[in-house]
Amino acid sequence: MNDAVLTVLIAMLGGAIRVSTPFMFVALGECLTEKSGRVNLGLEGTLVLGAMVAYAASYHTGSPWLGVLAAGVAGAALGAMHGAICGLPKVNDVAVGIAMMLFGVGIAFFFGKPYIQPTAPRLDSISLGFWSDSPSLKSALEVNPLFFVGVVIAVALAWALRNTRWGLVVRTVGDSAPAARAMGLSVNLVRFLTTSVGGFLAGAGGAFLSLSYPGSWNQGLSSGQGLMAVALVIFARWSPVRCVYAALLFGAAGALGPSLQSIGITQGYYFFNAAPYILTLVIMIATSSATHSARDMPGELTMAK
Amino acid sequence: MSDAPATPSAASDLIRPVAPEAARSAWALRLRANSEYVAIPLIAIAVAAALFALFLLAIGKSPADFVSYVWRGGFGTAFSFQNTLQRSSPLILTALAVAIPARIGLIMIGGEGALVLGGFAAAALAIPMIGVLPPLLALTVMAAFAMLVGGFWVGLAGFLRTARGVNETISSLLLTYIGIAIMNFFVEGALRDLSNPNKPSTKPLGDAYMVGKIPGTDVHWGFAAGVLLCVLLYLLLERTTFGFAARVTGGNYRAALAQGLPVGKLIVACSGLAGACAGLAGFFEVAAIQGRANASLAAGYGFTGILVSFLARHNPLVIPPVAILFGGIVASGGLIQRRMGLPDATVQVLEGLIFVVILTSETLYGRFSIFKPPAGRDRT
Repeated sequence: MNDAVLTVLIAMLGGAIRVSTPFMFVALGECLTEKSGRVNLGLEGTLVLGAMVAYAASYHTGSPWLGVLAAGVAGAALGAMHGAICGLPKVNDVAVGIAMMLFGVGIAFFFGKPYIQPTAPRLDSISLGFWSDSPSLKSALEVNPLFFVGVVIAVALAWALRNTRWGLVVRTVGDSAPAARAMGLSVNLVRFLTTSVGGFLAGAGGAFLSLSYPGSWNQGLSSGQGLMAVALVIFARWSPVRCVYAALLFGAAGALGPSLQSIGITQGYYFFNAAPYILTLVIMIATSSATHSARDMPGELTMAK
Repeated sequence: MSDAPATPSAASDLIRPVAPEAARSAWALRLRANSEYVAIPLIAIAVAAALFALFLLAIGKSPADFVSYVWRGGFGTAFSFQNTLQRSSPLILTALAVAIPARIGLIMIGGEGALVLGGFAAAALAIPMIGVLPPLLALTVMAAFAMLVGGFWVGLAGFLRTARGVNETISSLLLTYIGIAIMNFFVEGALRDLSNPNKPSTKPLGDAYMVGKIPGTDVHWGFAAGVLLCVLLYLLLERTTFGFAARVTGGNYRAALAQGLPVGKLIVACSGLAGACAGLAGFFEVAAIQGRANASLAAGYGFTGILVSFLARHNPLVIPPVAILFGGIVASGGLIQRRMGLPDATVQVLEGLIFVVILTSETLYGRFSIFKPPAGRDRT
């Protein structure tokens, strides 16, 4: 019994690190976008398109890192589209996000059809479990370099938002557009750039899905991870570092089903697969309030109004 | 309106009946103002079609072929048109599931989940009723139960919105994923029909317990129910105090609160009605098309319904024609796939493109002087 619990815990640790990486990238991208006062709900579509583009680019060039770059560029293109459209007056950013989600997924499925069969070179993991004799711990500590890239980006983003001129510009635009205009800043340009960069990060997160874990391209690759990551930003109260912790928590929840399966508990498979959605909903219920908007929320967000 | 006290002549203006030509010009003004809501969506569809044609040309396919296959597969023959009407039925109902909350200012996108759960609930409830109750009674109970379950599911998102301030767009989509997981859990487990080795499904309803076709056609009653609901909900939203209160809340939430409107109850009621419509769509998918509940219930009707509602500007009376248009496009998907060698996601790309362009076109409202009342003749 004890062994079984240990196995599940180790599998969940490894799973948390693996599953959390795409959450982390999408959440960081969305965090930056929302800091500038705009919501991009379309990152689910960006994630799927990123996964497809990364797989295709890796297949054609033989270099998975080029795949990650291509996925980022594709994501940035979708983000730029969202950013440009929402810069027009009277356009609702939440609705455009839903449209971009359907559009991104559609494009990914359309061009991704030929890549379901072939095998593309994947990203190599770094073995951090060399000191251990336990094979399960070893496999749990096969960590993909993208995970560390994400953590570094989170720290850098948190630092830049707090300490650089650019960070101040983004925060000003996000907290009060009139104040930003009075300072002579172009609100639309700043939001266009943050949405594009946010799209780049979400696209790169998609590359992790197809090139590392689960590590192949198919149409069921992402079901709602992009959306959950958007909800996760609310939970993380718009702090990039807290986004990393929240992503790890979600990763652990997502790893629960497969971990239990590894010790032979297959009953309720669908319920454990639904665990991340339920966790997201519970967290949203627990952290929202009907009477006042969330702490640290950028004042310009449509959710805040 | 001026601040000056009403003069006797102004008062008599109010009493005097409107002259015929003045009434005609008021009509002309209304027509002119309303034609904006027709012209701009049509322009947007034309732009989206042009972009899609460029997309097809870029990958070396013929847009003309595409149009002719959509026509043949969706509208050209009596058979294909009836198929289209059949497919537009869940689109009408799931579009209503977006349109009603939109009136109260909420973007709810949980129609797919309510459809799946409603359909599953109907199929599950049917198991003990088959052979016990007469078909008509059993189907009525099933439909009511599907609406109840669907209404509860989307109503939950509305309740969370008013009680806890949870963002309704995200929560309704999360509830969709959870709803699909719940159906899969039961369909692959406790309620699986073991005599069917192919696809995990609930027990079939059997021919006697299926919803029939509208006499003289090959279209099931779900289409008629959808159109009827559109009319009823239009009357509810436009001609009752309930609808007025909902629209006030959607227009200005704080004003509604200050007026003492029961904002929370209105939000839950609108969400519940929305979910009930989507649940009914699930009932018809099970009881008129599939005959059982399984994973093919989650065919994406709920997502196309979002687009239909936005394109109809959330007006229930405009939803049926728009739904028929998209029903035709969805119905011709198979033909396009086979004849043009395009992937099945082609329709999804087209839908996404139309959706993006339609939302972009929101920025055009109020920009064309042709739709504005002529200057100087404004009522002062």
